[in-house]
Amino acid sequence: MESLWFCLVAIMVAGYVVLDGFDLGAGIVHLFVARDDRERKQIIGTVGPVWDGNEVWLLAGGGTLYFAFPVLYAASFSGFYLALMIVLWMLILRAVSVEIRNHVDSPLWRPLWDVVFGASSSLLCLLFGVALGNVVRGVPLDASGYFFIPLWTNFMPGADAGIIDWYTVLIGLAAVAALALHGSLWVALRTAGDLSTRSRRAAGRLWAAVLLMTIVITLVSFRIQPHLYGQFAKWPWGYVFPALAVLGLGGMLVFIRAGNDLKAFLSSCAYLVGMLTSVVFGVYPLVLPASPHPEFSLDIHNAAAPLYGLQIGLMWWIPGMILAGCYSVFIYRHFSKRVEPE
Amino acid sequence: MDSALAIHRLHFAFTVTYHYLFPQLTMGLALLLVILKSLAIRTGKPVYDEAVRFWAKIFGINFAMGVASGIPMEFQFGTNWAAFSRAAGGVIGQTLAMEGVFSFFLESTFLGLVLFGEKRLGPKLHWFATAMTCAGAWLSGFFIIATDGWMQHPVGYTLGPKGEIILNSWLDLMLNPWTWWQYAHNMTAAVVTASFVMAGAGAFYLLLHVHEEHARVFVRVGVIAGVIATILMLFPTGDHQGMMVARNQPVTLAAMEGHFQTMNGAPIALVGQPDMDRLTLDNPLVVPGALSFLTWKHWAAEVKGLRDFPRDTWPDNIPLLYYAYHIMVGLGTILIAITVVAAFLLWRGRLYTARPMLWILMLFIPFPYIATTAGWITAEVGRQPWLIYGLMRTAAGISPRVSAGNGLFTLLGFMGLYMILGIVFLWLIWREIERGPVGLEAAQGGH
Repeated sequence: MESLWFCLVAIMVAGYVVLDGFDLGAGIVHLFVARDDRERKQIIGTVGPVWDGNEVWLLAGGGTLYFAFPVLYAASFSGFYLALMIVLWMLILRAVSVEIRNHVDSPLWRPLWDVVFGASSSLLCLLFGVALGNVVRGVPLDASGYFFIPLWTNFMPGADAGIIDWYTVLIGLAAVAALALHGSLWVALRTAGDLSTRSRRAAGRLWAAVLLMTIVITLVSFRIQPHLYGQFAKWPWGYVFPALAVLGLGGMLVFIRAGNDLKAFLSSCAYLVGMLTSVVFGVYPLVLPASPHPEFSLDIHNAAAPLYGLQIGLMWWIPGMILAGCYSVFIYRHFSKRVEPE
Repeated sequence: MDSALAIHRLHFAFTVTYHYLFPQLTMGLALLLVILKSLAIRTGKPVYDEAVRFWAKIFGINFAMGVASGIPMEFQFGTNWAAFSRAAGGVIGQTLAMEGVFSFFLESTFLGLVLFGEKRLGPKLHWFATAMTCAGAWLSGFFIIATDGWMQHPVGYTLGPKGEIILNSWLDLMLNPWTWWQYAHNMTAAVVTASFVMAGAGAFYLLLHVHEEHARVFVRVGVIAGVIATILMLFPTGDHQGMMVARNQPVTLAAMEGHFQTMNGAPIALVGQPDMDRLTLDNPLVVPGALSFLTWKHWAAEVKGLRDFPRDTWPDNIPLLYYAYHIMVGLGTILIAITVVAAFLLWRGRLYTARPMLWILMLFIPFPYIATTAGWITAEVGRQPWLIYGLMRTAAGISPRVSAGNGLFTLLGFMGLYMILGIVFLWLIWREIERGPVGLEAAQGGH
């Protein structure tokens, strides 16, 4: 039962990364690929009706994590206190900037919120990557089941590491690159005209960066968290996850070259899901490894809620998410036309 | 009070108070939008469609603020109240996750259609999208109240060997009687807020002699919904909410009422200042026997006073609790009086030209917000010193490793950020009010 909820939470996180990932990515790239206000408005138009629903995946995922693994929720949220608060502030600024940008037609108002939108999106991607990096590296949990780490210490992933060290920043930058690529493929897919072409070209350049980052972070991660080796050695079928990422990465190159925006975007989704599930699989059954005292690690058993709650949770969670999936499909079909320049 | 505890409490109190300024309008307004859209379809008059478009824009801005300030609420259970989350996450995580799964997806999907899809959907489907948005908002309110209701009156659990709280009846959690009365009371209050905002905006236009056709619709819908909701707020919802407190949190009732001495035929204090040094109510103005009657429906019943409860179970800020409660009740009474008089004038056909009444309606826009906020302060300060009533003390629930210094840093951050957003919000709303309700092309030109 705990493993099942572990998978469901992982699905929620993957859903969030794939969906909100493209509007975060669009936020990063819109300052660069759009030439003028008209084109920026086109990009905002592609995310305007859907970003809110995408972010619900974060809220629903957070809620699911909360009731299925309350011990993990408590330990990680209080331990990463400062980073999470910055995430919250960025989410707030981002929500506000995208919603109110078009309310006022002024040459001062719009560029201001465009910059806020771009900056908050970039910082969020960085921080999400950093968070993932922290989970792989491990955190100083002790016998009390809690920890607290400052934002940074000496920038080394050693004994008294901060949230930000060179390793987690590396993962953060990889996340920025991957989501910028994801976002530019989305823009290429959902806009018409010059903007689409330019965005596709930007995706081609970002692809090279993502390839490089993928190789680097893979090599480094195995050094930082040796637990990863054991997992793949123990269950070789787990190689399907990295294989999915590699396929996605290759697919993107092929389809960007061929000009097939939909398939390129879907390949990017596959890449993101592949990378994320590889990490999750590599860490399993741990949910938050402890370092330097691995015996205090949280795993799916000591972090989970009692059995009754998990069982009853399935009763409403599954129908609820099927409904939610229907709404998502409906709204994406409804707003599926390419956004033309006005 | 330990300073980390004080900071964490203030952190939550500040962010949740600010947050709730927005949902209380959107939950109430969602219902009024459904009413306006239904009127539009039934009468076929364009004025109703224009009213829907105008209020949907106000709704959209408020909704964005509500989402933006709402995300930190869920996160703060983990960041600032980790010990509480660890102990109770298996229970209240259920309701919070259900909110995400059942209401946020619904609300965000259909609001997009309400705001951007009117032309493509046609009137019937647009009505449906409006109704679904309303359902999402009201469901969301339910799950949050179910969470708070469980903290006020925990049900459906057992305690494990290490003192952990284990959910053992999901149905009891959903059917918690406290939750249902509090929900009813809260939602009628949300309708009151929205009614006063709508009627107040209409009164503003009527006083200025602009957009008068729309303004009459706003005033009429606002006043009719307002008179129904204010009366429901008093009875049965407020009455039952009070009896719930009397039966389950008698010490809170005594503190709310400034009732220090146990007696038969206890009076209710309309005015007075609790003196916590001498444990009396100074300068009281009372209605004899009324407290006994309201709590036990019997004029001579005994109501236990604060002095007869152990001191460590007293709410820790009794004057604040007392004033919050009295502000809520006092304002609630005034709001009933205003809507009843306005409804009478409307019935006699004189409201649209009764300038003094229009002035009152316009100037009273802030007061339902104050009453609602005071009501929530009553509920939450009244729950003290408990985080989960009778089960876990507030002091035991904070994140053990998050220091006061880190907490103050982020509290100040939120204050600064929210102040800027508040100014931008008020300015945007003012622009929309100034622009007024306009036709379809102009209304959707901005998007």
